[in-house]
Amino acid sequence: MIALLYQLADDELVIGHRDSEWLGLAPHIEEDVAFSSIAQDEVGHAALFFRLLEELGQGRADDLAFLRPAGRRRNAVLLERPNGPGTYLDEPRFDWAYTVVRRLAYDLFDAIRLEVLCSSSYAPLAQAAAKVRREERYHLLHHTTWFRRLATGTDESRRRLEAAVAAVWPDVGGLFTPGEVAPGPHFPVRPDELAGRWAERMAPLFAEVGLTWPGRPESAAAPGADGRLGQHTPDLEGLLSTMGEVYRTAPGAAW
Amino acid sequence: MVTEGAIWAALADVRDPEIPPVSIVDMGMVHRVTVAGPRVRVEIMPTFVGCPALEIIRRDAEDRLRAVPGVEEVEVAFVLDPPWSSDRITAEGRRRLRSFGIAPPPPGSAGAPLLPAPEEVPACPYCGSTDTHLENLFGPTACRSIYYCDGCRQPFERMKRV
Repeated sequence: MIALLYQLADDELVIGHRDSEWLGLAPHIEEDVAFSSIAQDEVGHAALFFRLLEELGQGRADDLAFLRPAGRRRNAVLLERPNGPGTYLDEPRFDWAYTVVRRLAYDLFDAIRLEVLCSSSYAPLAQAAAKVRREERYHLLHHTTWFRRLATGTDESRRRLEAAVAAVWPDVGGLFTPGEVAPGPHFPVRPDELAGRWAERMAPLFAEVGLTWPGRPESAAAPGADGRLGQHTPDLEGLLSTMGEVYRTAPGAAW
Repeated sequence: MVTEGAIWAALADVRDPEIPPVSIVDMGMVHRVTVAGPRVRVEIMPTFVGCPALEIIRRDAEDRLRAVPGVEEVEVAFVLDPPWSSDRITAEGRRRLRSFGIAPPPPGSAGAPLLPAPEEVPACPYCGSTDTHLENLFGPTACRSIYYCDGCRQPFERMKRV
């Protein structure tokens, strides 16, 4: 139960932080508004899952969010990858197509995970999942729309989308690895079932826009990079350092 | 003697900080009020989980309820079960949303497709035209989308269906 909540909280917090890095850099102002809103949703969901961990005696929710080192994080590696070359403050040459494909892959995974969690035997989690799911529907629709738009836009947008699919795919399997979570009443589904359901719903979208289907992802991370087991890239260290800077500098600050 | 009615009446004074004409009662956010002598417990359903106005709402509700004669202890709890839905916005809440330039979603639309069918696009809250289109699924707060009215050529917002 606790291991599952860490996966949920860490996934949402890390992708929410990556989303927030698009502020001021998104393709147009509407997208700036959208990504700020999406980032706020995700960080809000993370806060909810961290509060459930706090209620289970894991420590203060804010400490869990900001102070745990990379080795104790359980997010999938796909979500910690940077948005592109450069950093937010220094020459950000972020890759919009990568962000769209990564988000779509994650949103679909998250939608299926939340469907499963709505029937979790742990009532606080089932209730949280039912609530969060209503909000996540908007994210999945948004990124599906962007995927179609890039696929059917110009030669350049399609080329960039294909490159993004190739870059994202090796990390997709890492979404499904179970880490310390065993299927049971709290989470009644097997990892390979999850991956199967994901592929059943993703493949038709590729067919619709005439993109080559890269194949069903296996429920396996790249060697040495299973985020569900605390194995991460240096990019997560950088993200955590930025994200927790204010919290470490001024503990207890309120604003 | 504190009555439930007095508590509900006091909660009708607690505004949504991001939509001041609308109270948390109008928004259908109050799930339950329990009164036990001088102790009051109120259960509030967040509209969106990450809404940054929640702590302000909690503080405003506590302050307002402490001012009710006879009340000594106040507890405001956020609950996720049942989940808030845009269907819970009252008729008065819908009227006040429109007066603030926000189109309410039609009643009974929770769980409906997120993109309205052409025949059910929202009417512009300023001029009433239904010649409107979606500009952005996401808006200035988590709970709103942005539309544009081709009748009076103004952007307006709409509460998301959830």
